[in-house]
Amino acid sequence: MKTTDTPPTGNALIPGPREPRSTGAAKTAARTENGGEGKVLNVFSHGVLIIWAIMVVMPLLWAVMTSFKSDKAIFTSPWSLPDSLRFENWSRAWSQAHMSDYFLNTILVVGGSLVGTLLLGSMAAYVLARFEFPGNRFLYFLFIGGMSFPVILALVPLFYVMQSMALLNTMHGLILVYIAYSLPFTVFFLTAFFRTLPTSVAEAAFIDGASHTRTFFQVMLPMARPGLISVGIFNFLGQWNQYLLPTVLNTEQDQKVLSQGLVQLAVSQGYKGDWSGLFAGLVMAMLPVLAAYIIFQRQVVAGLTAGAVK
Amino acid sequence: MQHGKYRFIVGFLAVPLALYALFVVWPFIQSIYYSLTNWSGLSPEFEFIGFDNYTRMFQDEVFWKSLQHSLTFAVVLPLISVGFALFLAFMLNVGGRRRKGAAIAGVRGSAFYKIVYFFPQVLSIAIVALLFQFAYNPNSGAINSVLKAVGLGSIQPQWLGDPNLALICVMAVLVWSTVGFFVVLFSAGMASIPRDFYEAALLDGASRFTTFFRITLPLLWDTVQSGWIYMGILALGAESFAVVQIMTVGPNGGGPDYSTIVLPLYVYQKAFRDGQAAYATTIGVALLLVTLAFAAVVMKLGRRERLEF
Repeated sequence: MKTTDTPPTGNALIPGPREPRSTGAAKTAARTENGGEGKVLNVFSHGVLIIWAIMVVMPLLWAVMTSFKSDKAIFTSPWSLPDSLRFENWSRAWSQAHMSDYFLNTILVVGGSLVGTLLLGSMAAYVLARFEFPGNRFLYFLFIGGMSFPVILALVPLFYVMQSMALLNTMHGLILVYIAYSLPFTVFFLTAFFRTLPTSVAEAAFIDGASHTRTFFQVMLPMARPGLISVGIFNFLGQWNQYLLPTVLNTEQDQKVLSQGLVQLAVSQGYKGDWSGLFAGLVMAMLPVLAAYIIFQRQVVAGLTAGAVK
Repeated sequence: MQHGKYRFIVGFLAVPLALYALFVVWPFIQSIYYSLTNWSGLSPEFEFIGFDNYTRMFQDEVFWKSLQHSLTFAVVLPLISVGFALFLAFMLNVGGRRRKGAAIAGVRGSAFYKIVYFFPQVLSIAIVALLFQFAYNPNSGAINSVLKAVGLGSIQPQWLGDPNLALICVMAVLVWSTVGFFVVLFSAGMASIPRDFYEAALLDGASRFTTFFRITLPLLWDTVQSGWIYMGILALGAESFAVVQIMTVGPNGGGPDYSTIVLPLYVYQKAFRDGQAAYATTIGVALLLVTLAFAAVVMKLGRRERLEF
């Protein structure tokens, strides 16, 4: 682009009356030449893109609108704007429909399992990436093999394993299961990440007398921060949105997490006819994740797509 | 670096490995063993019965139905989701008005589109399923009232209540929730294709469609293939379970007359509703085989010479 612009500016030093006009004409000619195909395609592509954007956003907006309506309005005019903002739907969902409990449970479970996943995952990944020992390859493939297996197959025996260890329907049990099922991807991702880090820093720390453990926690983990953030976001969303595992392993009413709590709510509110409360609950569950996504947009996208690209 | 090396390795691997072995590897091994027994799951006693569960499975009509639906998911969903996402990503990144001197240009606002398209990806599939369950409601749902509003009031399908439509409705939700992820994934891939290639093609007078099929697609092939497998595994596994279980009617989901039953849901029903744990693991083993076969087929069909650039 720069090279085509240079001659005119160079020529400008030598006064030539016809020079500027001819380049101007050439430019307009070039514009009309590819303008035809470009314009049609441009209009078309914008059209398709906008339609899909509307299709993505409309259901979400519809849910937000509905959460402020009265139950009657929900049935009679699904698309009209709410006549007033009924915040009582929200407070009803928060307190009476146990949304506050579901939120608290989810925060506890995801908080515990996220820390555990990152700690245990990075420990295993570091050892697998940096140390040679018999069985290294085997363990690595054992870990990453878990990524392509259907979880539901393991869930039937797992239910009874948990039952016999008195972990069924407990939060710490659910945390341990979340960690175990997050390990395959975490180990896979972090092993690749630790391999890209320079070895010299760790060696220097080691020569200075740091133990392996200390080298790991004080030198390697801080260096691996970008990788930990990516895989942390990936696991956070996966665990926050988890539905299958808690549905099978955590059926106690007061232990339920958000996604299964909402489904339960849909069934019970269906009997009571409190649709507005249910929609308020739905929106309540959607908003924090969407807000967090919009704020940390770049990191979230990097974290979620990192797995599939490699 | 030899000092205390093995002690360190064992110390660091012990806890993650124990957790993984106990909660993931061991149940998988057990489930294959259980599929050869008559264990109900309710009592601790069971006998080894060989392949009886498998012969039973081959005669089970509901199993064949759920297998058929799961296979449909695995074939159709990646085709639609990945195909449509490729189209959108190409529009976003190459479909823009050509500016002076630039061979290719993204449309204006492409960053905005990418943010919006990605929304469904961060939501729980359970929430998405609930939302669409209401949108599909034949009497007061969002979709039928839109039809009414645009003068198509005579067309008011039962959607999820209609055995012929229910499966398509479910698939549409899965497409809705996954397309954005692939758009962003493919956009990232397209951004790494060197611009000179497009410029060279443009100089040679290639149209944008030629450019897409001769340059973009071949260079993006690895990403497309892994996206394909990823989507197939989703469609066979937990996502389809959640969507079908939550959205479709019937005692435990599965639609009118099992019209939407899928393999993971059937496993769940057999194990936790009917008390037939052993038979459930048999169906689970079938699901495992289908998943592995799917991945193998896509790898085989998709094998091409790797292009370095």
